[in-house]
Amino acid sequence: MVGIACYGVYFPIRRMKREQLAEVWGTAGLAGERAVANYDEDAVTMATEAAISCMRGVQKKPIDRLLLATTSAPYYEKQSASIVASALGLSSDVFTVDYTGSLRGATIALTAATDAVESGHARNVLLIASDKRAVLPKGKREQLWGDGAAAVLVGESDLIAVLEGSHSLSENFLGEWRGEGDMFVKSWEERFVIDEGYMRPMREVIIGIMEKYRFEPRDFRRVILSAPDTRRRNRLAKTLGFELTQVQDACLDTIGNTGTAQPLVGLISALEEASPGDRLLLATYGDGADAFIFRVTEKIKDIQQRHELKKCLRRRMSVNRYSEYLKMRNFVATEEPKRPEPIPLSVTCLWRENKKNLALVGVKCKKCGTVQYPPQRVCVACKAKDNFEDYSFSDKKGTVFTFSVDYLTPAPVSPTVFAVIDFEGGGRIWCEVTDIDPSEIKIGMPVEMTFRKLATVNGISNYFWKARPYRK
Amino acid sequence: MPGIKDRVSIIGMGCTKFGELWDKSVEDLIVEAVYEAFDDAGVGPDDIQAAWFGTVYSGLTAVTLAKALKLRYIPITRVENMCATGTEALRAAAYAIAAGIYDIALVVGVEKLKDTGWTGVSSANVVSQSMISSSNTEPDITAPSMFAMLANRYFYVYKISPDEGKRLLAHIVVKNHHNGALNPKAHFRREVTIDDVLNSPIVAWPLGILDSCGVSDGAAAAILTRSDLARSFREDPIDIKALAICTGDSRPTLTTDYDFTHVEENFLAAQMAYEEAGIKNPRKEISIAEVHDCFSIHEMLIYEDLQFSARGKARIDIESGAFTLDGDLPINTDGGLKSFGHPIGASGLRMIYEVYKQLQGKCGPRQIKNPTLGLTHNLGGSIGIGNVASVCILGRRD
Repeated sequence: MVGIACYGVYFPIRRMKREQLAEVWGTAGLAGERAVANYDEDAVTMATEAAISCMRGVQKKPIDRLLLATTSAPYYEKQSASIVASALGLSSDVFTVDYTGSLRGATIALTAATDAVESGHARNVLLIASDKRAVLPKGKREQLWGDGAAAVLVGESDLIAVLEGSHSLSENFLGEWRGEGDMFVKSWEERFVIDEGYMRPMREVIIGIMEKYRFEPRDFRRVILSAPDTRRRNRLAKTLGFELTQVQDACLDTIGNTGTAQPLVGLISALEEASPGDRLLLATYGDGADAFIFRVTEKIKDIQQRHELKKCLRRRMSVNRYSEYLKMRNFVATEEPKRPEPIPLSVTCLWRENKKNLALVGVKCKKCGTVQYPPQRVCVACKAKDNFEDYSFSDKKGTVFTFSVDYLTPAPVSPTVFAVIDFEGGGRIWCEVTDIDPSEIKIGMPVEMTFRKLATVNGISNYFWKARPYRK
Repeated sequence: MPGIKDRVSIIGMGCTKFGELWDKSVEDLIVEAVYEAFDDAGVGPDDIQAAWFGTVYSGLTAVTLAKALKLRYIPITRVENMCATGTEALRAAAYAIAAGIYDIALVVGVEKLKDTGWTGVSSANVVSQSMISSSNTEPDITAPSMFAMLANRYFYVYKISPDEGKRLLAHIVVKNHHNGALNPKAHFRREVTIDDVLNSPIVAWPLGILDSCGVSDGAAAAILTRSDLARSFREDPIDIKALAICTGDSRPTLTTDYDFTHVEENFLAAQMAYEEAGIKNPRKEISIAEVHDCFSIHEMLIYEDLQFSARGKARIDIESGAFTLDGDLPINTDGGLKSFGHPIGASGLRMIYEVYKQLQGKCGPRQIKNPTLGLTHNLGGSIGIGNVASVCILGRRD
């Protein structure tokens, strides 16, 4: 048996009303809102957050494969999954792989994951899909797309949903693309892209899987159909004979079209509301189409109680100005305070400090028990030399001991909040506080750590951790 | 430990005007400061046996000093110790004189910041890492931001509202600008009002632009000799009573012990200096102090760290005017970093210049009455990662 053992999700806290985006350009506003990744977020940071959300539900399972699907990887050459594995503190014998370049990446990876588990080559495969796609301002897609990530643990035991079947079609289709040197996703004429790139392959794969496993539309509690928007999704569902009540929304009008993450966001949305015995149909498109059938088990209740999706949807802050949106997406250069140049970024230092920086690992003195970050050779409390064990800070909650609101330090959106954080269980760090309204910051405020990108220098994305207000 | 007290004297000093000296180079600043010191001491370049050259950004080697002054083939050392650089250079020279190695030594501190185009100096993140390579994960916490962290915690612990706190700090700014307006060598020579300070744009909450010192160019120099030789140069040499440096070890963020309402390095450097100088009651015994008012909140904390005010009670002394020119312990009589800006390598020696001139009774409209002991203080580095504090105590010879 193979299936889903747990899930996690991450949406950036910032949301922008679609009509606000339209208002800037004097175009027609669509209903709902979209998630906007902060300037310090990208596909890798959001993937890490989704993975953490997933892994919190299954602390004890060792991950032997990590698959990351995205169309917006920070590097054309250099793996992203290994960055996420480092941030999660996974052991080096994990197999990591990126699935890039296809909107169908998440389900292509799902096929690979289920194959690996079924064949006995892997027991626990962490599959993450994450996208922060860039599209030119003004168009409908600027309104429709949203940023986000979702993760599922594919395994053989403690399953909340069992895989009952799958079906796949492949074809060479150019509907949306981003070629060499392109910053933004381009597309062909919309009606052609919808008819031949979406409706036709989705119909074929869904009809195909229902014939293959002898199911009728009414056999499914929910159908999760990846879609460019709700209107096209509902039209597709109707032509296939599904009732609209069966159609599972993938947060299209609250978060937006999350690209490769959309099928997993939809699947998780269905799972969060599912009852044992429910049968789910999942279908996605992009250079062909994939379809899967899952059956929900009794174990769903334990995982549902965590409310990971609901929590993510509830945590929100508004992006009120289009200028903030432009800066968060790095679409516009701005004049900044004239500050000293940063110290040159050394790849050797990044390599040497991988664990310290990406997994936020400090040390605990074996002699006096003092925990400290960053790692030291000599204990700050008792001066014992080289007598430490690793101590992870990334999962520790903390409180603000003191803070500043800095208007001088260069940042895409000013001011920047910095704080001294005291961790539960000991230890202190001073760092940036992100995803905060500067007027919110106060001494004693509870915070948690979040994986972020500090800067991109010379094409290198420099990842580290920041604090953010703890929100229930 | 015999200490440095009464073993080394200053026999000459020089200090340039500080400011945005667009038309002056590092060489110009060195020559101006040093030749004033030569004239003051009655010596020339050929009398100098060794020199210490303090700068953070304005010369990587001692050759910069030798080249400007044509000091031929004598030992010169470039010194860098963040904002304590100028005082650190003086300390090195004083120890060499006290050790009997040289009879006459030159100390120079210089900084030419205005050629950089920077707004403010580097952030806290340079303190703990190499200047040429890094993983750059230290937060880019600017200097005002670090001191804002102290202000916010201080206000919280002592239950001072942000508005009250800002008003309290504004008194310090008004005082220093008043003193600076009396000083022709100051960069900013204008009085400011409490409202000016309260309304100045925020740099790092709760600190505004007027709570912060400026970025300036400047240089200062001193000529040292053994105390037993000093009177052969001048009637009124100024004796070194104490020289202390205290370096932090990153405890403030490696442990949770540090309270962010004081600066431990300040307190300990002052303790060392008071002990060396034999001072029991600093508030009573010290006549004048030049302290590191890089940000208004820091001057307030220094009052407590240097034991001029009791912990948590600086407010009382600020409100009573204890540290104004007419108060019982005038502080930053020359206008401080607030009026001079902070050319990093020069600031320590600029403070020593003021104390030296005050002890000699040469400060004109800002001269205080009959000072006997003066103190200078610097703090550099990073509040969270580690600081260097320096304290120098000078005395008049009667």
